[in-house]
Amino acid sequence: MVIKTIGKSVREYKLPSILTPAFIVVEVVMETVIPMIMAILIDNFDKGMEPILKYGLILVAMAVISLVCGILGGKYAAIASTGLAKNLRQDMYFALQEFSFREIDDFSASSLVTRMTTDVTNLQNAYQMIIRGAIRTPLMLVFAFAMSFSINWKIALIFLAAVPVLGGALAIIVLKVMPFFRKIFKRYDALNNSVQENVRGIRVVKAFVREDYEKEKFGEAVERVRSDFTYAEKILALNNPIMMFMIYTVIMIVAAYGSTLIIDTKESELTTGQLSALIGYATQIMASMMMLSMIMVMITMSIESAKRITEVLNRKPTLVSPENGVKEVPNGDISFRDVNFRYSEKAERNALEDINLEIKSGMTVGIIGGTGSSKSTLIQLIPRLYDVSEGELLVGDRNVKEYDLAALRDAVSVVLQKNVLFAGTIKENLRWGNKYATDEEIERVCKLAQAHEFIEEMPDKYDTFIEQGGTNVSGGQKQRLCIARALLKKPKILILDDSTSAVDTKTDALIRKAMREEIPDTTKIIIAQRVVSVEDADLILVMSGGKIVDRGTHEELMKTSEIYREVYETQSGGKEEEENA
Amino acid sequence: MPRGPMMQKGMQAMPKIRKGTVPRLIKYVFSGYKAYWIIVALCIVASSISGVIANTYLQELIDDCIVPGIQNGMDAVAKDLIKILVTMGSIYVVGVIASFLYTRLGAIITQGTLKRFRVDMFHKMESLPIKYFDTHAHGDIMSTYTNDTDALRQMIGQSLPQIFQSLISLVAIFVMMIYYSLWMTLLVIVIICVMFFIVKVVGGGSAKYMMSQQRSLAAAEGYIEEMVNGQKVVKVFNHEEEGKAKFVELNDKLYSDSSRANRYGNILMPILNNIGNIMYVLLAVFGGLLLLYKAMNVGLQGINVISIGVIVYFLSIARQMAMMIGQTSMQVNMVAMGLAGAGRIFELLDEEPEADNGYVMLVNVVKNPDGTLTESAERTGQWAWKHYHKATDTTTYVELKGNIEMFEVDFGYTSDKIVLHDVSINAKSGEKIAFVGATGAGKTTITNLINRFYDIQDGKIRYDGINVNKIKKADLRRSLGMVLQDINLFTGTVADNIRYGKLDATQEELEAAAKLAGAHDFITRLPKGYDTMLTNNGSELSQGQRQLISIARAALEDPPVMILDEATSSIDTRTEAIVQRGMDNLMKGRTVFVIAHRLSTVRNSDMILVLDHGRIIERGTHDELLALKGTYYKLYTGAFELE
Repeated sequence: MVIKTIGKSVREYKLPSILTPAFIVVEVVMETVIPMIMAILIDNFDKGMEPILKYGLILVAMAVISLVCGILGGKYAAIASTGLAKNLRQDMYFALQEFSFREIDDFSASSLVTRMTTDVTNLQNAYQMIIRGAIRTPLMLVFAFAMSFSINWKIALIFLAAVPVLGGALAIIVLKVMPFFRKIFKRYDALNNSVQENVRGIRVVKAFVREDYEKEKFGEAVERVRSDFTYAEKILALNNPIMMFMIYTVIMIVAAYGSTLIIDTKESELTTGQLSALIGYATQIMASMMMLSMIMVMITMSIESAKRITEVLNRKPTLVSPENGVKEVPNGDISFRDVNFRYSEKAERNALEDINLEIKSGMTVGIIGGTGSSKSTLIQLIPRLYDVSEGELLVGDRNVKEYDLAALRDAVSVVLQKNVLFAGTIKENLRWGNKYATDEEIERVCKLAQAHEFIEEMPDKYDTFIEQGGTNVSGGQKQRLCIARALLKKPKILILDDSTSAVDTKTDALIRKAMREEIPDTTKIIIAQRVVSVEDADLILVMSGGKIVDRGTHEELMKTSEIYREVYETQSGGKEEEENA
Repeated sequence: MPRGPMMQKGMQAMPKIRKGTVPRLIKYVFSGYKAYWIIVALCIVASSISGVIANTYLQELIDDCIVPGIQNGMDAVAKDLIKILVTMGSIYVVGVIASFLYTRLGAIITQGTLKRFRVDMFHKMESLPIKYFDTHAHGDIMSTYTNDTDALRQMIGQSLPQIFQSLISLVAIFVMMIYYSLWMTLLVIVIICVMFFIVKVVGGGSAKYMMSQQRSLAAAEGYIEEMVNGQKVVKVFNHEEEGKAKFVELNDKLYSDSSRANRYGNILMPILNNIGNIMYVLLAVFGGLLLLYKAMNVGLQGINVISIGVIVYFLSIARQMAMMIGQTSMQVNMVAMGLAGAGRIFELLDEEPEADNGYVMLVNVVKNPDGTLTESAERTGQWAWKHYHKATDTTTYVELKGNIEMFEVDFGYTSDKIVLHDVSINAKSGEKIAFVGATGAGKTTITNLINRFYDIQDGKIRYDGINVNKIKKADLRRSLGMVLQDINLFTGTVADNIRYGKLDATQEELEAAAKLAGAHDFITRLPKGYDTMLTNNGSELSQGQRQLISIARAALEDPPVMILDEATSSIDTRTEAIVQRGMDNLMKGRTVFVIAHRLSTVRNSDMILVLDHGRIIERGTHDELLALKGTYYKLYTGAFELE
């Protein structure tokens, strides 16, 4: 399953992926035949220069072939593995573009980044190892055996007997160590995490005078890493001596048996040259076994990464644009009918319950409610960022599911609470709203969002470069740019999710005034912490625990809604005092 | 054996190495496990030499047993044969045992040394002043613990032993070669020079492409990070296709650079191997010629005629040497990176720790009927500053009250840029003092001075009449509770996190503090209540919930002075009002400093200080300041933006 999915991303790098092992086969053939020729050469040493030159020439030719194949194999291995990595990154990135909010939530941004970077690099290395080593090593084994058998089958049998012994020993070591390494990875992560927390939270540590406590905690984590790591490495340390032991044992047996054989049969069954060739093959066989065990370890370790990548590639977006979806949203009417919503099917509680709501085109609707009252959830259903779990949601008198997604989202513009600007100029950022917007249009929406003034004060005005994450503008400025960007879409419905929290009340009021006057036909939904931001809305919703608990205008709610009154009082007590004074 | 970053390790180009790193590293590394190191070194020498010597016995086997054996029969050489085989066997046994010992001891040493490094680094880090953390990128500090330590592990655990072993083997091989034949050795040396030259050329090309690969990797990963984190905005704006185009461009660039870099990395071994093969042929031809013309052979063993055995021996080690050189050349890069990492680690270890010349200590006291204080070893709930006066050799006790005074304080994070000018504040026990002002006006800076995260340039700060410079920093900070703007929670349960304020708090105390902070309700609704695990800075919770926990943490500490820096900014105003009622109860009779963006938070303060560009421009109660119709009034009526 995993292999099939990853395999799909090989695509145009299939040829290099095949060429690599092909060249490696030739290289391996050369590498195994060369000792054979060398043996013949040694045996003919006492016969003058002619055979030396003859076999020397053959050897040089073979070395050149081996060199060329080696270089080409290396080249194609590099192309195939980095090409696969490229395709995997691209496939994941493209898959991600199809994801709806639900999938993004499920994976979390940081995990997606790791999958697209670290995991891909791991897999790239493993793939290279596989197409080079996984062919080379077994082939090497087979050839070395074939050559050994062709020289002397009795001695080759000794090799054959040694293989399961060494293979078994290596397998036991790997099996014993692997789970340990997984544990170490976790411990290691915990250790780094603890450092990171201390670096980030150093003020807390110092303010609470907890340096010694942290040192102790860290000391324990370090000791756990040390003891586990030492244990695992101690086991791993057996690898080399075991292999050396096996090689040496085989050499000893071959040397003893071989020399007896040569002497007894007067070189008729085995020659001196063949003896040294056999010893060479013995080393080759054992070393290949060792390599094989290392490749096994690499593959097992990269399987985790491969799994994490396939999870992304195989994830089907839960929310897709309908075929032949309606391309035009006629107006800004919104209607919620008995809507319930859960973030996941397993969730015990509805995030939204029993929502019934009619909003007419051009209305301004304010939403007030505490943290966790699902205000943001409610508005995210409108551009179909999530699908309702029960009930139906209509925009422009049509179920949102009937619209082409892009058309719907162009008509419904949301300024998200966690909004971001991207590295690029102000203009480039704003044009996210409309690629083809003219400079005049951009200026107009910026004036609307009360952003024009501060942009004009910036060194490069509309061409000022915004750093990644918008770190070089203040929170209030960032929010106004985000509003301008959303306005540029000329939406039928504009939703501001706590989008003016860092803007001062006066500017906030100006933005609302501009929206009232300049885009009267657009439906405006405003989520706010401050009552003043929604005071003059046509309809105010008070939300709590996923329900609309009260609704009405400011005046009505002041009379009927206890929550609303309380919120109002905590915020505007001062004003009353002032008025009284 | 860490994952991702390690694997990219080998792809980095030659890094810079800090001066003096090598001798210092040697000293540091060898100061522990001395006996082990000696054994390891001896074992490496034994194992390498035994490998080389054992091979020469193969040659003796051919020359002294097989060749005469073929002519004279088995009986004539049986004794020699057994002798040689036994010697060979014993040498092999020594080699295996030595190799086992050094890999095993090597593992112990490497991990032990890394532990020492990590602990030393962490202890040093905890002792560093806040300034260090403010002036160094957190990613860079982290990288010392991850990348640099990994590079060091690779170097100590693998590269150095391998290089050492290869060097010993090479030396041993050369000695043996010269022992047998000088002429053949000279030929080998010439070929090896060619090899080094090729390693240098290929290595240089590889380094160049590694660098560009590293750059395009950083660019692609940076883009991925930005776009993935902004993916929801991408969706909202239907911006998927544009994002793809830029991605494909960066991704293709990364591919072309990394495939080139990898290509160079991949071809080194085949090249060296086959040079080894060609060296073999050259040696064979050369040896054949020597043999043919019965040339005079010179070697440490004397002057004689070259034998087949000698040539076979040269041939057998020729390929071995080629491989050894290949492997060693791979390790050189690792060593360079290990040294660069060690340099950065030493840089951290060399940082100046936070100075503390304070001697006034916070102690438990019992109040005597006559009003005097007596120090007590037990927890009495009453605290006093124990002040020893050197001049008069007396010790006085001053009751801990929480009066904070600042006199004409000037401060700058760097000496050339003063950010606070002439700040004077008099906060009495029981008062609530609020700071209001734009970002960068110096609000948080003032609180950083009270707890001495930073030291003032000019002026005085007194705590209960004592100059804060005289108070031990730990005791000073223990007497100050802080809820900071940036919330930091630690991996552990909710209870663990609140208990951070008072490690020996009982469950009742804990819950009382949580109730006070308005956090109890939501905590009990969490899947495992107080035992719910928090990871990744409490990402399981909302911003507001995290803030409530950090308030509970400070409430549990229950200090005489509390600093609340935007402590309730992410909590809705209704919950904030509840929290505030609780806090006001708690802080009765204590001093509170409040920094808040929302003016509703600071309204009921005893004193509001309006800061602008590091100066206090207005001070008074809410009503007084409104009456003044100045900056505060403008802020309050919304004519100014607070950012």
